[in-house]
Amino acid sequence: MNTHTCFHCGIEHSDSESIISQQKNFCCNGCKTVFEILNENDLTCYYDLENTPGKIPEEIKGKYDYLTNPQIAEKLLEFEDEQTAIITLHIPYIHCSSCIWILENLQRLNSDISSSQVNFPKKTIRIIYNNKENALKNIVELLSSIGYEPYISLENVENANLKKKDNSLIYKIAVAGFVFGNSMFISFPEYFEVDEFWLNQYKPLFRWMLFFFSLPVVFYSAHSYFTSAIKGLQKGILNIDVPISLGVAVLFIRSTVEIIFHLGQGYFDSLSGLVFFLLIGKFFQQSTYNYLSFERDYKSYFPIAVTKISEQKEESIQIQDLQKGDRLLIRNQELIPIDSILINGNAMIDYSFVTGEVTPVHKKSGDKIFAGGKQLDGIIEVEAIKTMSQSYLTQLWSNDVFAKNKEDNFKGITDSISKNFTITVLLIATISGGYWLFIDTGIAINVVTAVLIIACPCAIALSAPFTLGNMLRIFGRHKFYLKNAAVIENMAKIDSLIFDKTGTLTSTLKQQITYNGIELKTKEKQNISSILKNSNHPLSRMLHDFLKTKTTSTVSNFEEILGKGIQGAINNNIYKIGSKKFVVGDAQKDDDTAVFISINNELKGKFSFQNQYRNGISGMFKKLVGHFKLTVLSGDNDGEQKNLQQLLPKNTELIFSQKPENKLEFIDNKQQKNKEKIMMFGDGLNDAGALAQSNVGVAVSENINVFSPACDAIIDASVFTKIPLFLKLAKQSINVIKWSFGLSFVYNIIGLYFAVTGQLSPIIAAILMPLSSISIVVFVTILTNFISRKLSISTD
Amino acid sequence: MSIIYVLITVSLSLALVFFFIFIKSVKSGQFDDTYTPSIRMLFDDEVKNKSAKKSITNTKQNS
Repeated sequence: MNTHTCFHCGIEHSDSESIISQQKNFCCNGCKTVFEILNENDLTCYYDLENTPGKIPEEIKGKYDYLTNPQIAEKLLEFEDEQTAIITLHIPYIHCSSCIWILENLQRLNSDISSSQVNFPKKTIRIIYNNKENALKNIVELLSSIGYEPYISLENVENANLKKKDNSLIYKIAVAGFVFGNSMFISFPEYFEVDEFWLNQYKPLFRWMLFFFSLPVVFYSAHSYFTSAIKGLQKGILNIDVPISLGVAVLFIRSTVEIIFHLGQGYFDSLSGLVFFLLIGKFFQQSTYNYLSFERDYKSYFPIAVTKISEQKEESIQIQDLQKGDRLLIRNQELIPIDSILINGNAMIDYSFVTGEVTPVHKKSGDKIFAGGKQLDGIIEVEAIKTMSQSYLTQLWSNDVFAKNKEDNFKGITDSISKNFTITVLLIATISGGYWLFIDTGIAINVVTAVLIIACPCAIALSAPFTLGNMLRIFGRHKFYLKNAAVIENMAKIDSLIFDKTGTLTSTLKQQITYNGIELKTKEKQNISSILKNSNHPLSRMLHDFLKTKTTSTVSNFEEILGKGIQGAINNNIYKIGSKKFVVGDAQKDDDTAVFISINNELKGKFSFQNQYRNGISGMFKKLVGHFKLTVLSGDNDGEQKNLQQLLPKNTELIFSQKPENKLEFIDNKQQKNKEKIMMFGDGLNDAGALAQSNVGVAVSENINVFSPACDAIIDASVFTKIPLFLKLAKQSINVIKWSFGLSFVYNIIGLYFAVTGQLSPIIAAILMPLSSISIVVFVTILTNFISRKLSISTD
Repeated sequence: MSIIYVLITVSLSLALVFFFIFIKSVKSGQFDDTYTPSIRMLFDDEVKNKSAKKSITNTKQNS
């Protein structure tokens, strides 16, 4: 059989399935339509920039009707007046230069659009358009029809105004950098010549210029260090900002006194340099994944509006306005936003968001449906029995864990040494000051201030930000995305690992299908496949894809019995495909998901559906065992226990049938009782509580553009088996920080020698301080790159 | 010798001009997205040479 690659989306497909248009092969009508739209509008350049850049457009009929509701639209818009409106939409699919090109040429497809601009790192598009009736809905539908469906969720509405970018750190760095450079120039002449006619004439000018330059640095750029130090002292903690602010304050006061009394030029250049380097360190540590969000809750999964049916009329209503007793229309692939009762329709609910279980559940009318389920099969009608805030899923979020901020209680490695450091520095200052007091009072003050200046822990304060910031970027390049640098420090302390099963240890992409029973002939397989083709049940579709045979036979008397199975006749042979009860008549339920087959009421066998474990799981656990306590915490029943016991090391704890709140309690219990530091791996919303409760919560994601629950880190499923290496590297980076602490102590001792002996001149400070900072940065950058070279080598 | 005042004023005001230009560009959002413009600038030529490009598309298909 010949295979072709779809010109639009790149999917491989067979000859018989291929749809040909203008000598190009397409895998489906959707792809062909997109091509034709683009071709008509002279936009085929889309396909020249990248090969097969497209995506199969999804069925969206009626899905965006709510955008015609002005109240809802208003909340999404950035700007609106009578003529124009501006909206920023998030499009997860943006991935290549073709995407940018087509999205920025949207005005050629819809004349209402005046311009559009893509922000590639954030995967957003900002569209300016004519504010006509239905314009927004048309634009969104246009985007969806060419495969770029925007993601609009409840979160967009509620956080629309919160996402203002904070640039204050950049301004602070700019001020400090500006002052640093200029004051270096101005201080330079005095470093060397002290008694020279020309210089003496301008000395006061230079010195007062230095003073005025330093004002914005001390009172604006370094402001946050003072506030943080005061906050720390109020709580009784000597954090690293205490010696820093002490150093900055003493530098400023001593230098000011020196120039007022004509004693010297002061240390204004070192002061601004110090603040500049410290701020650069802070900047480097900032997380840089614009397009990932680590703060998601159920709101980013929920739609912003649903269709309400009242007296034969359909209208879009905002989710917050839903009342108990409202009748709702849920379309194919839509999320059920509220706990409700099924009124009519064929409900096939996928609860994978909530429970992590992939196999959909069938519901009869009158059954209760929980919020968070996704309807997979056609249109259903439901009646709300609670308001949104009372729904089971939203209640999960009211747990205290989500209100807690992990960073509040976080004590980093820098803060843990800063207490001893500060005390030691103060001790040295007092002793040396006391010693000089007997010899010369003037020198004594000099010495005390010099000790405080030189001991200002710039190099120490830079070690952790640069080491962790660099590791953060290296991990990110290897598809392990951390929320912030503190996560690495937490990872280094982990002693217990907990894994969710479904979606974490197993792959959600692939299901393993095995057949047990009498072997089927090719003809029989073809017939089964032909019957399956008529059914929309997810298992039917999966089995149909699995059989991969021609579907040419004509089926007669096809019948689909909801929740049971399907039957049909081919050449007078009756095929029954479905549950055990339907096919065999045996009411006993099997633990695993299986589809039974019978021909003319003779049982042939069953197809079992099993989640496939990720490759290399077993090897990964072998590497971890001995270093960590390992636990598998699953929401499923124990049907997989035997498989897991074979796959995983013997002392791995296996716990099944855990509800989301059980998982949370389990982790809390371990943390309280055994003082374990827990790293949790999970995927769906059902793990969200556990992820928040654990010390490090990692979301495993097949596709990082798809939404993952609130967590500390997101790991791409393809590098899941590299976890032992990531954990090892986290530990090693803590060692790197310790080594660089050692190096900065050496600098401090050299500096202290000059300070204690009363020889600290501005030029020594001006050399020593930048030198120590820069060499620390170079040192940790080289070391972190060196230790993480293994990541690139091991490509399993 | 008062030329030094002039020189310092000139050099400082020059530095300040650059400083304010930088602050202004950050404020206007020029640094919010540093990646997309680098790709966008490559597009213009291709749109203009569309007819030339079309023939390339066709040859691609034949091969």
